[in-house]
Amino acid sequence: MLNVRDLNVYYGVIHALKNISLTVGPGEIVTLIGANGAGKTTLLRTISGLITPRSGDVQFEGRSVIKTPAKEIVRLGISQVPEGRRVFATMSVEENLEMGAYLRKDKAGVQKDLEMVYSRFPRLQERRKQLAGTLSGGEQQMLAIGRALMARPRLLLLDEPSMGLAPILVQEIFQIIGEINRAGTTILLVEQNAHMALSVANRAYVLETGQIKLSGSSAELAQSEEVKKAYLGG
Amino acid sequence: MTTFIQQLINGLSVGSIYALIALGYTMVYGIIKLINFAHGDVFMAGAFVAYFSYTGLHLGFFGSLVVSMAACAVLGVVIERFAYRPLRKSTRIAALITAIGVSLFLENAGIITVGAQARGYPNMLPDTAFNLGGVTVSTKQIGIIALTVVMMVILQYIVHRTKIGKAMRAVAYDPEAAQLMGIDVDRTISFTFAIGSALAAAAGVVYGAYYSAIDPLMGIMPGLKAFIAAVLGGIGIIPGAMVGGLVLGLIETLVQSLGFSLWRDAVAFALLILILLIKPEGLFGKHAREKV
Repeated sequence: MLNVRDLNVYYGVIHALKNISLTVGPGEIVTLIGANGAGKTTLLRTISGLITPRSGDVQFEGRSVIKTPAKEIVRLGISQVPEGRRVFATMSVEENLEMGAYLRKDKAGVQKDLEMVYSRFPRLQERRKQLAGTLSGGEQQMLAIGRALMARPRLLLLDEPSMGLAPILVQEIFQIIGEINRAGTTILLVEQNAHMALSVANRAYVLETGQIKLSGSSAELAQSEEVKKAYLGG
Repeated sequence: MTTFIQQLINGLSVGSIYALIALGYTMVYGIIKLINFAHGDVFMAGAFVAYFSYTGLHLGFFGSLVVSMAACAVLGVVIERFAYRPLRKSTRIAALITAIGVSLFLENAGIITVGAQARGYPNMLPDTAFNLGGVTVSTKQIGIIALTVVMMVILQYIVHRTKIGKAMRAVAYDPEAAQLMGIDVDRTISFTFAIGSALAAAAGVVYGAYYSAIDPLMGIMPGLKAFIAAVLGGIGIIPGAMVGGLVLGLIETLVQSLGFSLWRDAVAFALLILILLIKPEGLFGKHAREKV
């Protein structure tokens, strides 16, 4: 479904992504783990069209998307839940969700998906008229995920959904990620919380200073000495 | 008491004009963080377009108003497209200097095309004064205040109820997140300039009708006053611009009615300095807080 090949991204003179290749198959949850500054967010931003790579290719469903601007990527079926949630704090919960469906013209379908998001996140429904900036961190994360779902993506990119959340909320968010996947959405998940990420994903890649160090099934990687030592705290 | 009400009505009339201009300042600042110093000159252009539509094309008040608003919407979009968009990624000071350049360009283009001398503005609005228990109210004043209220209601509707208005707020808050929603940021910015400029045009028409004279440099002082109004209310905040404009109009009228006419402009600028010293985020501004 998603095919990244020999991707090289630079920030000025800094070589942020070095020959990255990875694939995400339909229906999978693939996770990308690694420390701060490894290049995880850069990769997601490149897939979303916010950054143009120097070389290499990103193919989505067989077509190259590296020259496609961000606003068109959404139309193709890729939605990103950005790092730090980035909800529109000055707009209501419901308006945030409407923005997620910005490109859609099928009013009935949008209404149906709105109800779907509310049933998945009942707390958002309770607060639908409230400004997004007044929500708690966990609620904002739910809103950011709900907003991305409103575009009805086939591939969902999640950037650090556990960031800054209490452990109980992290569990809840990961449970929801699993549910979303079972409902038919393919997921590429970027996480620092390797433990949680490996527990939910089918396959994983380990990114270190812009390069892929390891890859394999989540079960394999969870057993790997290297991963245990560097990312699982033991 | 009657004097007070009298001054209140005068103040609201002047304040309406400031508020209409201030809205454009604040919307543009909200979305691209630029103080568009050419905005006062768009207001001037609006007054002139309506002048020629009325005297030359005999379109009547509402016809001239609509033509003027449409023409200035286009002017605003053109200014953004050719003067500001190429500088979107440059420093803010570069864009600010460009805005001053556009302002000088419009003023001098105005002088070349229509001449520097002031022209009498046609009496577009019926001007009958009537007396309400000692308070003299002219139909012009009622027209100005009513028109301003209507414009503000329409603006609120656009910004809060329509898709493009919501996109404006989304882009103003976080352009990159807006892009991830599929929002066309460039188009949304163009739309913001169109709306702001159309409101400035309406203010220009109202100004001409109220003060009966227009000239190519007429935008300078009201432009600065509207800037003060926008800062007073909290730059980037739409209701702030409305209230800021009305408050500034009222303060100026108060100063005048107390017999200090010559101090009117000085008081307005002193107010700007005060607000920047004491509450730089403006009356409606809040310190941004982040939640975790």
